[in-house]
Amino acid sequence: MLHIVNKSPYDRNSLDTAVSYKVDGDIFLLIEDGVYAAMKGGAAASKLDGCSVSVLGADIAARGIAEDKLIDGVSVIDYAGFVDLVEANEKVQSWL
Amino acid sequence: MSEIKKFMYVNRRAPYGTIYAWESLEVVLIGAAFEQDVSMAFIDDGVYQLTKGQDTTGLEMKNFSPTYSALGDYEVTKIYIEKESLEERGLTLEDLQHLTWEDEDEDWAEKDSIKLVSRAEMAQVFADQDVFFNF
Amino acid sequence: MAIEIDGKSYETDEEGYLADITQWVPGVADVMSKEDDLELTEEHWDIINFLREYYEEYQIAPAVRVLTKAVSKRLGKEKGNSKYLYGLFPYGPGKQACRYAGLPKPTGCV
Repeated sequence: MLHIVNKSPYDRNSLDTAVSYKVDGDIFLLIEDGVYAAMKGGAAASKLDGCSVSVLGADIAARGIAEDKLIDGVSVIDYAGFVDLVEANEKVQSWL
Repeated sequence: MSEIKKFMYVNRRAPYGTIYAWESLEVVLIGAAFEQDVSMAFIDDGVYQLTKGQDTTGLEMKNFSPTYSALGDYEVTKIYIEKESLEERGLTLEDLQHLTWEDEDEDWAEKDSIKLVSRAEMAQVFADQDVFFNF
Repeated sequence: MAIEIDGKSYETDEEGYLADITQWVPGVADVMSKEDDLELTEEHWDIINFLREYYEEYQIAPAVRVLTKAVSKRLGKEKGNSKYLYGLFPYGPGKQACRYAGLPKPTGCV
């Protein structure tokens, strides 16, 4: 299952909810304001412990987040990578 | 204008994901023409609006982060940033733009616009205002 | 709407502002000023160029009050006043000069 989260973890509980439904093999893709969750030093970063996480490169760039400000293990992907993730995962949930 | 009122613009949304940040900035710039006493507060996700190094080319959206530097020209010189909101997000003032204004009366001396305050201090700042615009 | 410069067409909005600021060439100001029966002098160009630099830096067209103050600082007090600026741009220094410079209508102009 691919979980897509586009809301800031400090504004909405979408990420909390998404993570609470995680089972083995699930992937979390953070886009738009969702990318703030993957910033090092933020209170929300620990919510992603043990998760496989990707972020959309254009969204971190727009928000002034350099790649070295991301928590370890996060993959930065482009729009083509986004499409690949959707293709590779049979099921997708977009947590609005 | 008969009486100068204290206007406070409260920003608590991140830029780009929603339209609030840009709308607020536009309203502030338009409102600045009315010669009121304007302040801006950045709390919660609002602190993300001022981060350095924003590049929106990949999103095909207008990068409005340079516009915050024009606030001083519009005589918006009181910009309050909440310490707790920064800390919760792993940010410090170093991660934010350095906003200044130039004092015409002192030969254009450059002065800081940003004031870092605690939540308790912000509550006092709010208590001292007349009108609020929340974004 | 659109304006023609050297056989090339430039799209404008319903108020005559250039639709795409990145398309601007000095000819835009020449054609627009001709339509207004205004002859552009070096003084006009100082303001037009200033506006373009301001937009480049801040991504907005300044309000007249801001323009006046900034011109006063950059080009001197004798030019940084609305009398001088309205003398150059009778339809309003904000609106008219911004239009010639290819900028959108100034933020704070209603």
